[in-house]
Amino acid sequence: MSATLLAVQTLNGLQLGILLFLIAAGLTLVFGVMDFINLAHGVQYMLGAYLAVAFYAATGSFWAALLMGMVAALVCGLALEFLVFRHLYDRDHLDQVLATFGVILFINEAVKIAWGSAPLSLPMPDILSGSFVLMDGLLYPVYRIALIVAGLVVAAVLYGLVTHTRIGMLVRAGASNAPMVAALGINIRALFMVVFGFGAMLAGFAGILAAPLFSAEPGMGDNLLILAFVVIVIGGIGSIRGAFLAALIIGLVDTLGRSFATDIVKLVLSPSAANDVGPALASMLIYILMAGVLFFRPSGLFPVKAG
Amino acid sequence: MQHTPMSPAPRRAILLPLVLFAAFALVPLVAYLSDDRFLMLFVTRIMIFAIVALSLDFILGFGALVSFGHAAFVGIGAYAVGILADGGQFEGLVAFPVAILTAGAFALITGAISLKTRGVYFIMITLAFGQMAYFTATSLSAYGGDDGLTIWGRSTVLGADILSDDRSFFYVVLGALVVCYLLCRMIIASRFGRVLRAAKQSETRLAAIGINPFGYRLAAYAIAGMIAGLGGAFLANHTEFVSPAYMNWHRSGELIVMVMLGGMGTLHGAILGAAAYLLLEENLSQISEHWRVIFGPFLILVVLYARGGLTGFLNRLQPGRRGDD
Repeated sequence: MSATLLAVQTLNGLQLGILLFLIAAGLTLVFGVMDFINLAHGVQYMLGAYLAVAFYAATGSFWAALLMGMVAALVCGLALEFLVFRHLYDRDHLDQVLATFGVILFINEAVKIAWGSAPLSLPMPDILSGSFVLMDGLLYPVYRIALIVAGLVVAAVLYGLVTHTRIGMLVRAGASNAPMVAALGINIRALFMVVFGFGAMLAGFAGILAAPLFSAEPGMGDNLLILAFVVIVIGGIGSIRGAFLAALIIGLVDTLGRSFATDIVKLVLSPSAANDVGPALASMLIYILMAGVLFFRPSGLFPVKAG
Repeated sequence: MQHTPMSPAPRRAILLPLVLFAAFALVPLVAYLSDDRFLMLFVTRIMIFAIVALSLDFILGFGALVSFGHAAFVGIGAYAVGILADGGQFEGLVAFPVAILTAGAFALITGAISLKTRGVYFIMITLAFGQMAYFTATSLSAYGGDDGLTIWGRSTVLGADILSDDRSFFYVVLGALVVCYLLCRMIIASRFGRVLRAAKQSETRLAAIGINPFGYRLAAYAIAGMIAGLGGAFLANHTEFVSPAYMNWHRSGELIVMVMLGGMGTLHGAILGAAAYLLLEENLSQISEHWRVIFGPFLILVVLYARGGLTGFLNRLQPGRRGDD
């Protein structure tokens, strides 16, 4: 394994981690405050990508598409909250899982009807379409770097919001003991709508950023959703800090595992056996990591809930 | 308040499954008279998924363990049959025990880790383990990877090729369904089952009388995994094909939907639910390939307004009986 490959894959891992964080942030806050498990969070990511593609087709500008896509994602999230999710807060987790599963089935299929099953691409803006020279003979796309930077900025802003503002204080209080916050005269439903809309917008933002790299296709949110679940379970549900660290860990472990597992297995096994075992091992790696974390710390690395 | 609906309607609890099994038993006759091979294959599929849904209801309805990775057990059972057949081993008396034990072992290992967690953590960790099995299957390049694996023929019994006949396969599956149903009922009525149901109601009270539910839950989880593995082995024989798609998390979601549609915690509800789901899927997909656009909102409405599923509905039909509240 060469140093350049390692550098490139580390950056790719960071980039996956950032995308995961943008999705997991909303998921973990929504769950923390409202004890609501939302499987349909992944479709927000997909909707973000598709809406951006649609707005790009209408305006011809990436930046306009980004802005309008985020607003539209926010509107979609609030509409879903109003139509479906709001009726599920008092139900048990099983009902929430089933109803949000229904939302996934509906939106995935609706997207297929509206835009077809073929992947659609979103061109990246000209200003970000070049490459950096990282080392001799090693180019890395500016867009991917920009994505990492944008994600870090969002993470910093989010951290500031959660730790240093009144609404952030309420969110943290809600995550550790929601009934008590409500008893102190805070309208927890209104607070939740804010958190939910914000989370939906962040997931949409992630989808828009990802669209030029992976293209928009039906069901694109599903796999990332599962990874985001792994992230918030490892990080501790309700914890932004935990979600950030866990997202980076998962992004790095998954990406590096996929590129180097086969080589590492070759040190122990014959090359042909390694070619079979390596990929299987690589795809299991993050789940083994999760199992390990939960075995020793059943409520994640940064538990929030009291008791 | 949640109560365990095992005792409220004893007569109905015997009558409904009897009617169901009798209806299944008559299907080959109807298929023979109307010369409809599809009907028999379709009902075989319903019964296979009924076995799997039954195993999920066993832990979900009676132990409140929301397993969101149940499809993994099905896939492991199916892959056991497929991989053995790929190696030339078609003997069912080898393949089926291997399928059941492999799925059981996977359930035991993942269950030992998952059951240390509670509530939503349990849902997510079982989901993640399910995905782990799914991605492992997609990376099995020697056995078809993403594309899956075709099995050249059904399992034999002591070398005799009796399962290739659709009708005998049908009755074998029906027999397995009845045995699994009775087995689950017996377990639930036993002391073991009482502990499981008590743990669902209140873990604290159970701990107060000196019982730690972990071992009971783990055993129940492994039993459910084994039954689902059996279902997977039948599924592989039914389609003569295995693919990672059997383990996709959408499949696990669909299994929970089946249990929910039929009514949780009744066992025969799971059978009813599997039939209802597959019939809905079959009929809606004939109207449009985008049938999920109809099914998604339908599912949301069922969750919001139809608690207790089909069995709850049937119980409410009879006046004077206590409906599900």
